[in-house]
Amino acid sequence: MEVQQFYYDNKIVKKFIYATLFWGVIGFTVGLLLAFMFIFPNLTDGISWLSFGRLRPLHTNAVIFAFVGNAMFAGIYYSLQRLLKARMYSDWLSNINFWGWQFIIVAAAITLPLGFTSSKEYAELEWPIDIAIAVVWVAFGINMIGTILRRRQRHLYVAIWFYIATFVTVAVLHIFNSLALPVDFLKSYSVYAGVQDALVQWWYGHNAVAFFLTTPFLGLMYYYVPKIANRPVYSYRLSIIHFWSLIFIYIWAGPHHLLYTALPGWAQSLGVAFSIMLIMPSWGGMINGLLTLRGAWDKVRTDPTLKFMVVAITGYGMATFEGPMLSLKNVNAIAHFTDWVIAHVHVGALAWNGFLTFGMIYWLIPKIFKTKLFSTGLANFHFWIGTLGIIIYTLPMYVAGFVQASMWKQFNPDGTLVYGNFMDTVMAIMPMYWMRAIGGTLYLAGAVIMLYNIYKTVKQGTAVTDELAEAPALERVSSGRVKGEGYHHWLERKPVQLTLFATIAILIGGIVQIVPTLVVKSNIPTITSVHPYTPLELEGRDLYIREGCVGCHSQMVRPFRSETERYGGEYAKAGEFVYDHPFLWGSKRTGPDLLRVGGKYSDSWHFNHFYDPQSTSPGSIMPSYRWLINNELDKSKTERKMEVMVSLGVPYTEEDIARAQQWMLEQGEEIERNLYNDPEFARIYEAEKQYALENGLEFTEMRNREVVAMIAYMQRLGTDIRIKDGDEEVSLNQNE
Amino acid sequence: MLKYIKGHMDSIQDIEIFPIISILIFFTFFTALIIWVVTAKKKYIEEVSNIPLEKEEEENNLNL
Repeated sequence: MEVQQFYYDNKIVKKFIYATLFWGVIGFTVGLLLAFMFIFPNLTDGISWLSFGRLRPLHTNAVIFAFVGNAMFAGIYYSLQRLLKARMYSDWLSNINFWGWQFIIVAAAITLPLGFTSSKEYAELEWPIDIAIAVVWVAFGINMIGTILRRRQRHLYVAIWFYIATFVTVAVLHIFNSLALPVDFLKSYSVYAGVQDALVQWWYGHNAVAFFLTTPFLGLMYYYVPKIANRPVYSYRLSIIHFWSLIFIYIWAGPHHLLYTALPGWAQSLGVAFSIMLIMPSWGGMINGLLTLRGAWDKVRTDPTLKFMVVAITGYGMATFEGPMLSLKNVNAIAHFTDWVIAHVHVGALAWNGFLTFGMIYWLIPKIFKTKLFSTGLANFHFWIGTLGIIIYTLPMYVAGFVQASMWKQFNPDGTLVYGNFMDTVMAIMPMYWMRAIGGTLYLAGAVIMLYNIYKTVKQGTAVTDELAEAPALERVSSGRVKGEGYHHWLERKPVQLTLFATIAILIGGIVQIVPTLVVKSNIPTITSVHPYTPLELEGRDLYIREGCVGCHSQMVRPFRSETERYGGEYAKAGEFVYDHPFLWGSKRTGPDLLRVGGKYSDSWHFNHFYDPQSTSPGSIMPSYRWLINNELDKSKTERKMEVMVSLGVPYTEEDIARAQQWMLEQGEEIERNLYNDPEFARIYEAEKQYALENGLEFTEMRNREVVAMIAYMQRLGTDIRIKDGDEEVSLNQNE
Repeated sequence: MLKYIKGHMDSIQDIEIFPIISILIFFTFFTALIIWVVTAKKKYIEEVSNIPLEKEEEENNLNL
């Protein structure tokens, strides 16, 4: 048989590794800054683009898409070539993948702090960037499938199946969740509203975890753990079952993010059932990974790369045990909206993704540079300081979650809340926030040490950018099944069919779950007293989105007495959200729920609260939003926004749109009048006005400033179903 | 609320068969998968699970 010579492309792997390290340190640093903002809320006082709400999505995106994303590409580009005995299909596509991805990350790093966000978690980027993501992702897919078609190894090793499933599913998820109508170049509204938006978002959000943070890394596990331990995977049979059952089941689990919300009950139950089943394939994979090291545990003692792998797989096991538990409705009732969830995701991100990446890089860099790791001691130190960091990060967050939940739910014998003031529940967990910041510092320190170690290793080695390899070309085999060949054997050498089946497996779950909820659109119980937002409220809502308020405040009162008692009497109804493009239910309560905040406080209270939250709520860890008070409200796009809303089904009339400016002015003037009730405000505001007049400076009247729109939105929240004659219909609906 | 969803589903013809089809797909698929996995030849499984371990230098000797 003819033996062919070819070169593996190591250069692209090297580039992705460097990008992983670079963005990793940035992502961790932003995370640490955010951790310190819990303790010092005004750490970046008055700088809008460094405020918590805007940096939080930057942190999550940097870690998920920049750090884990680049690590995934590095790992895949190295292993895919070797598993297939072929160079990547196209160097050009590899580079499009690399530079395109970095460009997207930079675009995210600029737009998110500037407040351009769709507010949908892990899908915050605005539509032009979404399109770029789709293009780069397709380039990656073509490159991968092209390589598979040119392979010199007949059978596709199980790792490659995981890569294929990753490519296909992320493409489907990304496209469907990002569907939006643009208002302008960097502003759009989700085509879905309220309940439907929530369902699609968490179908996406959960499966982003599944198919961006899990399946590619399982593929990497199946390649790198056997490779480093120098023994085959514990059970290849198990890995086949692991693969099919994991992708089949994972796609259904999304609604567990929406338990006890206004999402229809059947969808919640479906999500719970599949989440619980998920423990089987997840643990099957975890056990398969750990048992690969059977008889090689002596190596784990000396080899830091294997140590990282062991903690990574253990972290995966813990997170995937915890996930199904969190999906049980009774456990979720405690954990949801608390720091428990923060602990859960960080076990996944820091241990599973982070440590697997570190282990992989410590192994890859010496390979690519034909040298030894500069310092095994430093790598071991990184391992221990990182592990300690994970523990000191997560344990206090678990405690914080339980403390929050039990304080939120505790009643006095007379039926009143023991901790009626939300602030009490914040103060109680401040020590835990401190410990979390320390844990994060240790983890970041480990990453910096790694950076140094890798730098020194690279310096002492010589890069082999194109590595020579030899392999015989594949003989042509009939496309049908060869005699004696089992069905799955055949499938494994047919990448296109395999891809097709994987797609079908993930689509079934998507279709069964999503489509009914989308088609029942007209049947979501409408509440006649629920009206579209006024133009000023709509503008206020967009400011709420811009500032990332959803990162700390939910708008979802669950049907618990502890919540209806605390948040104003009525739990959330599906019909209340029909005009919410996008939905803003949130997933974390660092501050209180805001669904029913309308009318609870005076306009002046809100004004003072935005200016200095600690003045109205002593001990608050909300930062000041001073710029809202100084900025002039941009009203130039209001009509356009309303028109887009109309095309999405929000019933604004033509007169509504025609009198938008006048309407905004009237509502703004009313709020301005209310603000004058505060003598302190009247004095300062008049003085400022006077000063501007005397010095010929430009002066924006309060009615035209951003804060007024924000107050209008705040005061509107949850008031629709409080209108007197609406009550009857509401109580009708909730009995269904 | 469930009334509305149920009501809508009713309008799809022969909706009762949907869950039966779903369980059949699942059952057949996973049964077939398990049968295949259990009956797969040991030699083949060994060969495939060793793919990542093949040294680049030894590739000429492989005859798959």
